[in-house]
Amino acid sequence: MTISRRNVLAGSAIALARSGVALSPAQAQGNAPIRIGEINSYTAIPAFTLPYRNGWQLAVEQVNAAGGVLGRPIEVISRDDAGKPQEAIRLAGELLGEQKVDLLSGGYLSNVGLAIADYALAQKRLFVASEPLTDALVWSAGNRYTFRLRPSTYMQAAMLVEEAQKLPAKTWVTVAPNYEYGQSAVKWFKQLLLAKRPDVTFIGEQWPALGKIDAGATVQALAQAKPDAILNITFGADLTQFVRAGNTAGLFEGRAVVSMLTGEPEYLEPLDDETPTGWIVTGYPRDTLNTKANTDFVTAYRARFNAAPMMGSVVGYAMIRAIVAGIAKTGSVDTEKMVDGFKDAAFDTPFGPAYFRAIDHQSTLGTFVGRTGTKAGSHGTHGEMVDWHYADGANYLPDDATVRKLRPAAD
Amino acid sequence: MDFVFVQLLTGLSSAAALFLVASGLTIIFGVTRVVNFAHGSLCMLGAYIGWSVLRLLPRDPSGFVFGVLLAAAATGAIGLAIEIGLLRRVYRAPELLQLLLTFAVLLILQDVTQMVWGAADLTLPRPLWLRAFVRIGDARIARYDLYPIAIGPLVLGLLWLLMRRTRFGMLVRAATENRQMVAALGVNEKILFSAVFALGAALAGLGGALSLPGGSANLQIDLSVVVEAFVVVVVGGMGSLPGAFLASVLIGVLQAFGIVLLPKITLVLVFSVMALVLAIRPQGLFGRRAASAAPAEVFTLIRPASAAVKWFGLAALIVAAVAPFFVGPYWVSVLTEAAISVLFAASLHFAMGPGGMPSFGHAAWFGIGAYAAGLGLRIFALPMEAGMALAPLAAGLVAALFAACVVRLSGVYLAMLTLALAQIVWAGASQLVDLTGGDNGILGVRPAAWATNPKVFYWLALALCVGAALVLRGVLFAPFGYALRAARDRPLRAEAIGLDAVRLRLVALTISGAAAGLSGGVFAYAKGSVFPTYIAVGKSVDALLMVLLGGVQTMAGPIVGAIAYTGLFDALLLATDFWRLALGLLIVVLVLVFPSGIAGMAGRLR
Repeated sequence: MTISRRNVLAGSAIALARSGVALSPAQAQGNAPIRIGEINSYTAIPAFTLPYRNGWQLAVEQVNAAGGVLGRPIEVISRDDAGKPQEAIRLAGELLGEQKVDLLSGGYLSNVGLAIADYALAQKRLFVASEPLTDALVWSAGNRYTFRLRPSTYMQAAMLVEEAQKLPAKTWVTVAPNYEYGQSAVKWFKQLLLAKRPDVTFIGEQWPALGKIDAGATVQALAQAKPDAILNITFGADLTQFVRAGNTAGLFEGRAVVSMLTGEPEYLEPLDDETPTGWIVTGYPRDTLNTKANTDFVTAYRARFNAAPMMGSVVGYAMIRAIVAGIAKTGSVDTEKMVDGFKDAAFDTPFGPAYFRAIDHQSTLGTFVGRTGTKAGSHGTHGEMVDWHYADGANYLPDDATVRKLRPAAD
Repeated sequence: MDFVFVQLLTGLSSAAALFLVASGLTIIFGVTRVVNFAHGSLCMLGAYIGWSVLRLLPRDPSGFVFGVLLAAAATGAIGLAIEIGLLRRVYRAPELLQLLLTFAVLLILQDVTQMVWGAADLTLPRPLWLRAFVRIGDARIARYDLYPIAIGPLVLGLLWLLMRRTRFGMLVRAATENRQMVAALGVNEKILFSAVFALGAALAGLGGALSLPGGSANLQIDLSVVVEAFVVVVVGGMGSLPGAFLASVLIGVLQAFGIVLLPKITLVLVFSVMALVLAIRPQGLFGRRAASAAPAEVFTLIRPASAAVKWFGLAALIVAAVAPFFVGPYWVSVLTEAAISVLFAASLHFAMGPGGMPSFGHAAWFGIGAYAAGLGLRIFALPMEAGMALAPLAAGLVAALFAACVVRLSGVYLAMLTLALAQIVWAGASQLVDLTGGDNGILGVRPAAWATNPKVFYWLALALCVGAALVLRGVLFAPFGYALRAARDRPLRAEAIGLDAVRLRLVALTISGAAAGLSGGVFAYAKGSVFPTYIAVGKSVDALLMVLLGGVQTMAGPIVGAIAYTGLFDALLLATDFWRLALGLLIVVLVLVFPSGIAGMAGRLR
């Protein structure tokens, strides 16, 4: 076995064929690719998912160029769920039943992630969720077969609270899109901040419908409360409108603002020269993060796609890295073995090393916390993240006893 | 006090922006009777074209005005091309078919826009004059937001002058009253229709381009704009410009104050307003009551299917029943969904075809059924059998209550009220987090032990769904069905012979709702989970597409349409990233080639 493994790593197909007789059943598949089923909202959320697709494509090419995993190349079979959980479930069935994939992965929307996770539980097949942020995915609805890569809403709220509690602000208002992500982000932020700062009060809240913010009226309603600080959870087109209306109305002047995801290039770049300065945000300081892991990633990505990577690109890239590391650690693509093998599997990402926690299947991949700033460039002023630091996900999760209470699933 | 005034101004400002888009929609409807689903897409194109044009122009006010007008003109030209290339060909077809065609345009423009401008949101830097503000007390309000308050009435005035004081306007109004008569008098009504559609499109484009300084050109504009514009047009009275203006002001201002008082209800506010207005004034604020100037459609009497069709149906059913022995688990799940779609489409057809009550919110019943099954399990731990029985009961009960309130309405107003109901149910499902699980839905809705095998579940779904669809069909050929059709075709004569049209329609809506609820209940167990997306606008549109594609005025239509549409959608979604473009083009071809639907065409060939 060791001989065959070494031969495969050397990339010698002939030697593999010769030693094939002695292989265990798993390896008897020769170097047929390991098939990874992938589902995401490519047409519904293209601004995030297209850079994400580039990210996983780059990782697949790199992994295969380096000889694959377990001596086999990897192959991703990708599907568009059109933004609907019911389609995602059907496509998951297609990937498992028709395409014979070894595991499922992907997801952007929380409901799509939960739908696939529940299907994975019913079918007893592995699902590695990449982007869905909902805490339910690994906690209240967590199950044996589901792992999640990105830091959850809870973790990002905890990262922001760490900075927010240092602010002198005593009165807060919140603005968040009126769906699960917004609701749970506000809930955790309030709960965690109040635990650290009992003197704080929340004196107003706005819940614009996702994608339909009435920015002028929302901004005036927030300003009317005369808060010391603002928590913003909106993103994308809503955020652009909110920031522009807020700038004109002077909403952000003399107020602290804490804002989730705003430092991610896909949301920061459209703000352009209107990027407010000094907001405390989570995000990805792509151009100033000078670690080898990141600069290698950015260079390779630019060379391959002639574009700069986004947060989505990092997620897609890290997802493949995580899956490959999990399979390598397991030494097999048998589902039950992989579920056990993925626990504590360590992997490298452009942000640095991370691993899947055994207790709740959440990865410790973190994100960056910093402030917004502006920089004069050749095409005018742009927004960027400044004074940032990496918040390792492992440091922003509740203690094990709490996690066990939050996660009824046995393992 | 200052705050009230500021909030009033921002409300009026968004009202004016809403009016620009809605005015285009309402004049298009008023003249051509086309419910233009692609109106939001034209608004989105206006924003993207505006972005491309304004980047190249000087950033002073005159450059801005010129660029915005250019974007509006370009959007108008695109509208003209759509009218001449597509809509003109189907003006004689049933009204809702044009809706199908405009929906195809919406799908096509989504992909084309992304291909041309990319997926990222596009913003234009605001020069200083666009950032200026005026102070009112403590508050600062954008000067740019004040311009629309003037532009709205200005556009209203210009359109009013155009319609009331020019020869063109006179002809347009005449064509609105009676197309044939105007044509007979030697007026080229085609040019009139084209001009009106282009004008409406230009107004949508203007609205889109003017939204740029406040935000971005992005791919979500189309759907978020079109539904709201629909609401404004219906509340104002379809085809009425002053009505659309008043409705815009009503909704804009209510929204501005609503979010202050009850920030969580923004999801349902506009739909509640619509429901309230229509309950009091069914024809909308300034709408005219049942302007049946156009002659009522003449329907041929549909008799039970011929022996050949029955044999064909039986053969198809046998093929469906034995299929699981020959195909893998994925295809069994596809067939399960097809069976569910057949009942879902048949239930809409029941109300819409023979009942004459079109619906834009049929997903409401489907969703209520699915949630009844899911909540039955979650709260009362009901077994699958009970959950599936509860689904049609719950949906039928709500449908009966709803029908009792709205059954006197007709046509597009009834359709819009069902949309309002569906939106309110949807908002309830996503907002009552403690009860429904919110957007995260209800998970773990597993079939009973004996039905866990996908094949067994498929047979169950086939028996329930096709069985119920056959019952619906049986009802339509029973005396009740003939009476229902009589009340639709000749209401006065039907009443004269003692038929109670209101009761007939009430019962029909209840049956339709219950049947859709059953399909939703089966769907919940087929998928294993229930989400608010089951009630989203898209799901209602799906049902409408299936029925229209199959043919409204045939009994086999919904069945053929359901299978054709789900098959097309599933296959295209797997085959290409540009499935929206491909699906849109296919719908265009089907509508132009088979204007009476697939089954209607097959019937004609015989």
